[in-house]
Amino acid sequence: MIETSELAQLAGFLAASVRVATPLLLAGIGETVTERSGVINLGLEGAMLAGALASAIGASNAGPWAGVVSAMVAGALVAAVFAACVVFAMVNQIVAGTSVTLACIGLTGTIYRQTYGAGGVGLSLPTLEQVALPGLSRLPVVGPAFAQPTLTYIAVALVPVVWWGLYRTRWGLGLRASGEAGSLARAAGVRVRLLRFWATVFGGALGGLAGATLVLAQVGTFTEKMTAGRGYIAIAIVVLGRWHPGGVALAALLFGAATALQFLFQSLGLAVPYQFFLMLPYLLTLLALAGVVGTVRAPAALAVEE
Amino acid sequence: MTRWPLLVGTAALLAGLGVLALGLQLSGYDAALALAALVQGSFGSWYVISSATLVRAVPLIVIGLGIAIAFRANALNIGAEGQFYAGAIAATWVGLHLGGWNRLLAIPTVWLAAGTAGVLWIVLPVWLKRRFGVLEVISTLLLNFVAESLVSWAVQGPLQETRRVYPQSDPIAEAARLPLVPGTRLHLGFFLALGLALVVQYIFRRTIWGFDLLATGSGPKAAEVSGGVKVSRVAGFALLWSGLFAGLAGGIEVGGVSYALFQNLSPGYGFSGIAVALLARLEPVAILLTGVVFGALEAGGAAMQRDAGVPSVAVYVVEGVVILVLLLAEAALRRIRSAVVLPEAEAGPA
Repeated sequence: MIETSELAQLAGFLAASVRVATPLLLAGIGETVTERSGVINLGLEGAMLAGALASAIGASNAGPWAGVVSAMVAGALVAAVFAACVVFAMVNQIVAGTSVTLACIGLTGTIYRQTYGAGGVGLSLPTLEQVALPGLSRLPVVGPAFAQPTLTYIAVALVPVVWWGLYRTRWGLGLRASGEAGSLARAAGVRVRLLRFWATVFGGALGGLAGATLVLAQVGTFTEKMTAGRGYIAIAIVVLGRWHPGGVALAALLFGAATALQFLFQSLGLAVPYQFFLMLPYLLTLLALAGVVGTVRAPAALAVEE
Repeated sequence: MTRWPLLVGTAALLAGLGVLALGLQLSGYDAALALAALVQGSFGSWYVISSATLVRAVPLIVIGLGIAIAFRANALNIGAEGQFYAGAIAATWVGLHLGGWNRLLAIPTVWLAAGTAGVLWIVLPVWLKRRFGVLEVISTLLLNFVAESLVSWAVQGPLQETRRVYPQSDPIAEAARLPLVPGTRLHLGFFLALGLALVVQYIFRRTIWGFDLLATGSGPKAAEVSGGVKVSRVAGFALLWSGLFAGLAGGIEVGGVSYALFQNLSPGYGFSGIAVALLARLEPVAILLTGVVFGALEAGGAAMQRDAGVPSVAVYVVEGVVILVLLLAEAALRRIRSAVVLPEAEAGPA
């Protein structure tokens, strides 16, 4: 017989996995579209951070859903700046992305302190309610994983939608062609630059939404640098998920589980310093990358300045 | 051709400051007051120049030199922040055990430990790149977060001060601390940075390895096929060297400034170091200049927070905008030049 407390721990672990995975899935799905068009956006971290702050400001002024919308707009704007530089002026994507993130760290820090005071008083924001799926959420053990904020369901729903868009539409075909061979796609009449621009903006909007998830569905407040590298993790997850929406969903969940392990281990009372559990997801991602990279190929035109 | 980098660099810097001023004004700060504090706190007196600006320039220059080595070979090490922390941890650990040593021996020992730790911190990404083709951009980036957790553990665990009150280490032994220029807080590390810049300049200009780096970075296929350069080897070593420099920077910071390890020891030197190197177009002597400029920004940022109530992170906006403007200017120039000379190959550098 398994103890009920152990079942409760397992249930908590599953719910935590999904919680951690949600922002990564949102940002990862967006970045998949971006990278499939041939652009790698390291500014995603910045877009996420901007989205997080925008959601906090939006939510405190006009409720959580206004926060969600402002987060997407903020993320899209950040990505648009980045995209304009790399798509139209063709500057180095890695460097441009890093500097966009750097600027966003500065910008959000400044605006946050100006809006909410230098002390960084803990905000308490109206957050999104959890929606329990009828039936499923009543199940033993896995039940709590089916009572999530709406944004989680949106993230999950995006997986098939983006898959359909990428693989079953003309638009998706052109997008993938741009990512594989920009000049050929252009010769075939695809408006490569425009596609790349909008694919990057789309990725930024979802990155912003991921930031909103952190603020409105999880933490309930904004703190400086609160994304803590999740934007970069999302990029690693895209590689792990082999640039495929389904794979990205799986990879996000895997990373979520690796992160949630720390809660499980801590509750088991293992005498390992918690910092090592904090490292675990990053190290696992590295290892997983090593396992997966040899077997798949990135979009051929990824990060090529053309 | 020889004058435009300085011109473009200055324009980029002015653009960055302009955006900062505009942003501050729009978000309700007193932009004039803030900019005055920025200038006053970085170049206002000999004391702030030597003890704030130049002191903060040291890690930026040392990291920037390493980044220049890696980026020349188009090996994009985004993990200098992590390597810096690895160096700082090693320097602290070694520095705590050097009581009673001779300074002439203790200081190089600390530097050696820090440099080695920096190299070790980038060994895994180099291996993953060569063995599995994992992008170093992602792997070095991920290790930054691991390093931050490692510091957090070190200062609450094995390296925590004997009083066990704050999450920080005890101060390192006197012998391991860098001598200061009298009357200032400028330490020996500054002169090491100057020397390193000259050495790297010499390597880039006068050695075969310097040429190999450039060949690897600008045309890996040509370098491999017709130049006989072992491209992946050269790029791998370039990464290791950049790790060494970043680790060394961490050791210098502990030995010359903080004397102890704590979280947030680096205000993002690892990332600013990339900007420093790029702004200098990966030229070592120019890195001295850009390092001082960014050191001034960091120092001025602190003054801005103190005197004008503007958060010091605001200078990151300047740094980000400076790099973007620079990239844009370079791209525009490239296009003008290629339009005049020859139409560039459609695919560009693959």
